[in-house]
Amino acid sequence: MLLAVLLPFIIAIFIPFLSKWKHKLHTGFFVTAVPVVIFIYFARFIGPGFEPVEREYSWIPSLDMNFLFYLDGLSLLFILLISGIGSLVAFYSIYYLHKSEQLGHFYVYFLLFMGSMLGIVLSDNVYVLYTFWEFTSLSSFLLIGFWNHREGSRYGALKSMLITVFGGLSLLGGLVFMSGITGTASIQEMMSQQELILNHDFFPLILTLILLGAFTKSAQFPFHIWLPDAMEAPTPVSAYLHSATMVKAGIFLVARFLPMLSVSEWFFIIVSAVGIATLCWGSYMAVRQTDLKGILAFSTISQLGMIMAMLGFGTKAAIFAAVFHILNHATFKGSLFMIAGIVDHETGSRDIRKLGGLMTFLPITATLAVIASFSMAGVPFPFLNGFYSKEMFFDAAVTMDLSVTGIAATLQTLFPYLAVLGSIFTFVYSMYFFFGTFRGKANIDELPKKPHEAPAGMLVSPAILVLGVIIIGLFPDLINKPFIEHAASAAYGSENVKDIYYWHGLSPAFIMSITVLVFGTILYLSIPKWASIYNAVPGRLSLNTFYDGLVERTERYSTIITNSYMNGSLGRYVRLILVAIVVVTFGTMALTGGFTLDFGNVSEVTLHEVLIAVVMVIAAIGTIIAKNRIAAILILGVVGYGLAMLFVLYRAPDLALTQLIVETVTVALFLLVFYHLPNLEPHHESSLTKAMNLIISVGYGLLMTMVAISAHSHKMFDTMSSYFVDNSYKLGGGDNIVNVILVDFRGLDTLFEIAVLGIAAMAIFGLIRLRGKNKEE
Amino acid sequence: MRGTNDLILRTTTAFIAFILLGFSVYLFFAGHNKPGGGFIGGLMASAALILMYMAYGHEAMGKVIRVNFLYMVFTGLLIAVATGIGSFVFGAPFLTQNFGYFQLPILGRTELATALLFDLGVYLTVIGVTMTIILTVAKDRPEVDKANA
Repeated sequence: MLLAVLLPFIIAIFIPFLSKWKHKLHTGFFVTAVPVVIFIYFARFIGPGFEPVEREYSWIPSLDMNFLFYLDGLSLLFILLISGIGSLVAFYSIYYLHKSEQLGHFYVYFLLFMGSMLGIVLSDNVYVLYTFWEFTSLSSFLLIGFWNHREGSRYGALKSMLITVFGGLSLLGGLVFMSGITGTASIQEMMSQQELILNHDFFPLILTLILLGAFTKSAQFPFHIWLPDAMEAPTPVSAYLHSATMVKAGIFLVARFLPMLSVSEWFFIIVSAVGIATLCWGSYMAVRQTDLKGILAFSTISQLGMIMAMLGFGTKAAIFAAVFHILNHATFKGSLFMIAGIVDHETGSRDIRKLGGLMTFLPITATLAVIASFSMAGVPFPFLNGFYSKEMFFDAAVTMDLSVTGIAATLQTLFPYLAVLGSIFTFVYSMYFFFGTFRGKANIDELPKKPHEAPAGMLVSPAILVLGVIIIGLFPDLINKPFIEHAASAAYGSENVKDIYYWHGLSPAFIMSITVLVFGTILYLSIPKWASIYNAVPGRLSLNTFYDGLVERTERYSTIITNSYMNGSLGRYVRLILVAIVVVTFGTMALTGGFTLDFGNVSEVTLHEVLIAVVMVIAAIGTIIAKNRIAAILILGVVGYGLAMLFVLYRAPDLALTQLIVETVTVALFLLVFYHLPNLEPHHESSLTKAMNLIISVGYGLLMTMVAISAHSHKMFDTMSSYFVDNSYKLGGGDNIVNVILVDFRGLDTLFEIAVLGIAAMAIFGLIRLRGKNKEE
Repeated sequence: MRGTNDLILRTTTAFIAFILLGFSVYLFFAGHNKPGGGFIGGLMASAALILMYMAYGHEAMGKVIRVNFLYMVFTGLLIAVATGIGSFVFGAPFLTQNFGYFQLPILGRTELATALLFDLGVYLTVIGVTMTIILTVAKDRPEVDKANA
């Protein structure tokens, strides 16, 4: 099973080598074999007596991250969708993408995506699930931006990346919480500790985070805005990722956690309300689109909303309907995207205003389109699978009888009406898609190409999918017993068996279907009369405006914030650093009661010390107020010599000697360097800056004084100097304790200090000698 | 540090520089028992050298002292590190120092410490560093003058 998941990744490594021969044989032929093999491998599992299979492969056992694969009915449904539609799309892409395209890139991304999708649906370990989850975001980003020379592709890729990665990170948060609470990373084991999570204080947060991840990936309202822009991708990609697989990852996630989370009332409220809102809004907006893929994108959004709503209902019937519709939607939407691709390929345009009357030019495509789009609309013919799941949806919405109160109860009564409303618009856009493209007056002259029927290879894949639509429609039991049942049971958490019939009698659901049919036809025929409503709702206030504004403002304000303190002035940075030190240190000392004034162990002050200190203070102040630079340097020397005198007084002859010579050398160096300085104009600072500098420096000085006094008052331990005094001669063989410490006891410090000196010398040498050379280069 | 015509400076430098150098050697050797050591000794020696450079000018000094002071830095660091590594030979940790008393021909009973070798490294490094910095900065002058002119 590990090999099955890794196969696409392994093949992806070899794709770049294959593309050398792509002019002889299209790379797509090699790639098509991969999903076919996976499909055949997993098709073996189909059967009435299916039992879940579990496999574990170690990855990072110490962190509980292992390739733990769990194949139950739900995973199997998704795997067969991914590999089955993957095969068809790969085959379709052979005829869609010309050999002159960067096929190597395309198929590497494609396989990467397929492998990660398989990983998501098979993973039982949440960390592995998340890893594959982000892989799909990444590969989808690459695929949307495949034609990266187009502005729209880059925009769409970035948008989808930002939104899905935002959701992905939320999901990670939720998964980490759950794993932390239950102490396991396995989803199945988490399920068994359901009570622990449901009663935890963080449960609302966990629910929000997980649902954010699912909603962003599955393009639910209001995160659906990335999907229409993702239509910039090549059509096989749209067909595969944005109708059948990736957008269903969120659905899969919700279905996977359904047995655990659906106990909560908030799960019902949020998921079904968001789903219904997405259904209505997506189908309403689809009618407004003029681009074929735009219509399909919004249609995908609304269909996903419908599935999500059914999962939200959480009843036995609803979940069965949801699982059934996942399969149905993948068949008819995949074929519709391919049909849109064929139309684009053969006429050079996807604009529905230019298209029309193509039925006579593309008869086979039109036949496929009529079946797929009528299935999408839920027209009550027995050979259309869309009708079955749509009716189950109505049935679930009407018969839903949860003992709930408050908001949930209000929602429950509203849902049937909203479901019908959303489905009416679904009917309208399905008709709009088919009749707008294939019927009406043909205006061949306006099209970039003269339309003619697509090559046979291109028609194979949509034909197989449409065949699937019909077979599922005519013989639902063919897939129900061995397949759908297991998936529905896995999502529901216990046995979920249902028979699929065409004729239910005059049930409320059938009446709703007829209502949709009648009102949908009326609305479709009167589109020109009410189309102007779109100018009012959503009008200019679309969610895209909000998204663009958000991105643009985030950039603008962060620039403003950064520029507000990173203005390049060293003076400001020093001020900020000092203020931070003063505030933090003062704050800490004030809070912990660190200020102590204890003069108990202070030695007597002599007159010499006072005199030297006074001279040093005067010199220090003189340095600050000196107008002339040379004067400032010389006066600063006075401070240094004063310090040497203090060292003498405090009986530190080594320090005094070193200080004297170092001070002399420093002053000499200052004077040397001073010679090089250009004649700078003395810069004038505003009095406000001066005052601020004064306050900061006085505050900093005060702080250091306080710290020094407090530190001195707080002597807690004896110093270790007595050890050096006692052992300097005995162990080091010298009377000069300072020197023995420097070269013997703590010679390592000295070693690195002279290393520092050496580096400084080399740096100065390099700076000055190499200065001119760089300029010449 | 251009050559000057100052006769008094040159004459006194001839004496003072040697006194300074001698003092620097004294400081270096006395370091273990009295104030002094490699650092101060090295600084003192470079003071003497700088005085000579000031009195006699760069070209004249270049003929007398044919030392690249940058190499002196490396030599000093190498000696210091070598004394540290040397202790490995005796199975002791890095930078272990030892000392002993020996009867030497002229000096009599003398203390010899391995720390002195380490200090020699410090001494040479300090001289090298100080001289490199000051000579590099000083030599930079004429170019700047040209650039300003």
